[in-house]
Amino acid sequence: MQNHILSIILFLPLVGAILLLFIPRDNKDAIRWIANAFALAGLLVSLPLVPWFWAQRAQPGFKFVEGAAGNWIPSIGAGYHIGVDGISFLLIMLTTLLGWISILSSWTAIQDRVKEYYIWFLVLQTGMLGVFMALDFFLFYVFWEVMLVPMYLLIGIWGGPRKLYAAIKFFLYTLVGSVLMLLGILFLYFNHHSLTGAYTFDIQAIYQTAPQVVDHYGLAVATVLFFAFFIAFAIKVPMFPFHTWLPDAHVEAPTAGSVILAGVLLKMGTYGLIRFSIPLFPKVAMDPRVRGAMITLSIIGIVYGALVSLMQKDMKKLVAYSSVSHLGFCTLGIFALNPLGLSGSVIQQINHGISTGALFLIVGILYERRHTREIAEYGGISNVMPLYATITLIMFMSSLGLPLLNGFVGEFTILQGSYMENKWWAAWAVTGVILGAAYLLWLYQRVFFGNVTNPKNEHLHDLTPREVLTFAPLIVMAVWIGVYPKPFFEVLDQPVKQIVGIVRPDYPLNPPAARAQGSGSPRPTAAIGAAGGGR
Amino acid sequence: MPFFHSDDYLLALPMLLLTLFALGVLMVDLMLPRDSKVVNAWTAFAGLIFAGAGVFRIQQQINRPEHGGSVMGFSGFSGTLVVDRFAIFFFYLFLAAAAVTILMSVRYLDIEDEQHGEYYALILFSVVGMMCMAAGNDLVLLFIGLELMAISTYILVGFLRRDRRSNEAALKYLLLGAFSSGIFAYGLSLLYGLAGSTNLQQVAMALAAAMQPGHVRVIPLVALVTTAAGLFFKIAAVPFHQWAPDAYEGAPTSITGYMSVAGKAAAWALLLRIFLFALAPMRPLYLPIVVFVAIATMTGGNLAALTQTNLKRLFAYSSIAHVGYMLLGLIAGSPQAPNADGIRGILVYLMVYTFMNLGVFAVIASLRRRDLIGDELEDLNGLFFKAPTEAVLMLAFLLSLAGIPPLAGFYGKYFIFLGLMESGHYALATLAVAYVAVSVYYYLRVANAMFMRTASDAVPVSISWGMGAALGITGLATVVIGIYPEPFLRMVNWSMHVTQAPALAQLLR
Repeated sequence: MQNHILSIILFLPLVGAILLLFIPRDNKDAIRWIANAFALAGLLVSLPLVPWFWAQRAQPGFKFVEGAAGNWIPSIGAGYHIGVDGISFLLIMLTTLLGWISILSSWTAIQDRVKEYYIWFLVLQTGMLGVFMALDFFLFYVFWEVMLVPMYLLIGIWGGPRKLYAAIKFFLYTLVGSVLMLLGILFLYFNHHSLTGAYTFDIQAIYQTAPQVVDHYGLAVATVLFFAFFIAFAIKVPMFPFHTWLPDAHVEAPTAGSVILAGVLLKMGTYGLIRFSIPLFPKVAMDPRVRGAMITLSIIGIVYGALVSLMQKDMKKLVAYSSVSHLGFCTLGIFALNPLGLSGSVIQQINHGISTGALFLIVGILYERRHTREIAEYGGISNVMPLYATITLIMFMSSLGLPLLNGFVGEFTILQGSYMENKWWAAWAVTGVILGAAYLLWLYQRVFFGNVTNPKNEHLHDLTPREVLTFAPLIVMAVWIGVYPKPFFEVLDQPVKQIVGIVRPDYPLNPPAARAQGSGSPRPTAAIGAAGGGR
Repeated sequence: MPFFHSDDYLLALPMLLLTLFALGVLMVDLMLPRDSKVVNAWTAFAGLIFAGAGVFRIQQQINRPEHGGSVMGFSGFSGTLVVDRFAIFFFYLFLAAAAVTILMSVRYLDIEDEQHGEYYALILFSVVGMMCMAAGNDLVLLFIGLELMAISTYILVGFLRRDRRSNEAALKYLLLGAFSSGIFAYGLSLLYGLAGSTNLQQVAMALAAAMQPGHVRVIPLVALVTTAAGLFFKIAAVPFHQWAPDAYEGAPTSITGYMSVAGKAAAWALLLRIFLFALAPMRPLYLPIVVFVAIATMTGGNLAALTQTNLKRLFAYSSIAHVGYMLLGLIAGSPQAPNADGIRGILVYLMVYTFMNLGVFAVIASLRRRDLIGDELEDLNGLFFKAPTEAVLMLAFLLSLAGIPPLAGFYGKYFIFLGLMESGHYALATLAVAYVAVSVYYYLRVANAMFMRTASDAVPVSISWGMGAALGITGLATVVIGIYPEPFLRMVNWSMHVTQAPALAQLLR
């Protein structure tokens, strides 16, 4: 079972989608039950991964490795090769959790074309999981593109009034980035061949040769390659100024689509930066100009996203722009390029998945009842929906970084990491925290406090048990990460140190200030996965 | 050595069988009552299967273990006909395309009320022409093959006698086609004049001598330009593409599909034979021309496709754009020798394009009803509600055309981009991927119409068994090649006689 656990997690949603093909489309309840069963099963089969992974968290390299390099299309050297390390492990758990929650939350929200909806959603789930598991560039690229299609259809079919525009914009933006990445991948593939004589897309093999691009072609070529990857990931994150697709896609997407989009899809961008951009081009990432540009874009994203959020009249758009701001923190942490910044960034990615996912659910619940997201339409909701208001408050606090909830841990660690590099970075980023508190609290005040001013809001019913069930795991996770984040940092300790070791071979990997003291000994010069998967 | 050896006829067996069956169709047609013309389709289909068996027989001979896998092919008729691995690969493509076309034609012709035996006979004749184009090692045979294919296609384009668009398209295609054939023949005559022989190897040797320093290069250059212009016309590359949208729009939809895949593959086989065999010594001279044409073709095709509202015109421009990508495969490499991955890219591209583009036209043809032509973008509106399986298949074809993995179309682009990256053409590769993004926009417009707009009428789409088979074959091929391309890539490698490290010289002998 341990040998194939990743494949089971990966393909279970796809099996569900195929099964749904054979259910008559009029039998909506059967379709909903089956889809939910598979989504829940997807979460349940991923749970055993937690203790198993925990047992080997300190071992170097990828775990639960399956397949081998070049076993899929031998004539081009592409393989079905999957595995996880601490970073992808956390993101996979987030994906299975949010996948289940979004499918559960769609029960009443989706009434048209139910069958297709769940089929595409389950396909999307497989695509996203594959991105986080792939240890082969070709496989990674396939999953990266596969996931575009269902998301495009989810936005385009079940979206809001401007759905066609938003769906095409989403698809085109992401595609432009990914085809550039394809050229980058092909360059590295060919480079690997000229250095070693072997054609392979295996990530661990390319980790060995890609950093040598600087020696053979010069820093300029390596920088161009870095940007070929970076643009693909930056569009996905989205980093300022590549973010303009995000508000459109979020506002038009159905609630569950927004949850998955914000919760998981955006993380594919940050994951790509951590997994590929930095270890493949360490010299470029450490180049002061490139790094300065990345940090500047991150900080602009943080402040700009927060400022734009302040001015939104539409709740969903507000949450969408707040994502730009929060993801700015994640990229800031990544390009701080020290263990604290990187692990803070991953934690913050998980946090953002939990809290922003919850925020989209919250907006979706009001929308389902009133069919409007205009802030001005609401007021005094806490009088009619007290349970809803309480849960909302918890998630707002989590999002704005209140201590003892998850957001604080991530933002604090990122700020700490970036302060260690340059205190001005942290100083600028802190303004994002303050503005974040401002727009969320102001939103809460306008929607929930005061008297019910709009007569249409007087008879809104409070949360149903199903809706409470969608929030419960998110709140549990938010409190867990907020109160006791140590296990998360321990899981991240080994991969993060490995990445820092690649980029900065001279970085003292066990500084006294580091809070994450793992049992893994520092291995400054070891490349990722050099030791293979430790099953 | 006897002038005609009996083995020669074995080599020509596939062509001879096709010719026999085509003549058979013509004669049987006279005896058939009006309501059982479907027998013609069966006869033609059987002819394709027999021809396929003949090709398989030759392939087995090449693969005989005692040859040690070193045989490229056999030549016959005093070296004019070369049935080598390269030709066999194309033979299979032509036969597959013709078979699918026949499957999707039966009902379509009934609706158009033009169910005649000549239609199937002409398809078989055009396949014979295409086979001569792929297997010709002699300027004359190549030209005869080209004309045989072209004349059959002119008639097929105008096959809807009572439709003005079809007549107009056939006339335009005929006039422009004849013009370009003339230019092409002029180029061939100059090549003959230079070499004193019509044999491709002789031509190549003469050109290699003419390319030595100190020789006057005017005649070779004129020969190159005129030959290339004729070839670019046949593959519908900008600026010789104007016939394509009109001919595609007016032709019966099944023939549009057939022209766009089989006709294109044949023209490519001819182009590769000429550019890689006969004109090989002139590669440094023709590269700039090809670069210009490739960029113009990608630009013209993609940008013009953006604004089309007629599906057949849209896919005509999209097929022009695809020719642009394929031309990049020819550019890949050094000024002296082409890059193997680039050439492999062209072959893979042609293979996957055969299935995905035929699939697209099968879907369009299935929309045809007595009261609806079904070739406007709006006619696809809400197709998903009327025929979900067809709509999903069409989505797969569109995404495959756009090059989204894991669908077949991705691998064509993959090898071409790889060839460009390997030989350092980074700017061209970047331009090409930018146009891929542009192309996604018009493919998604079609997808939007099918999935996100509501249907204008509720008339269900009825699919005949033949159309179902055509859709099944093309859809299955698009998905299976996408998910497990290994055997198909092996087939392409086999046809190039390379495994991992390619030596193109072998391909060319």
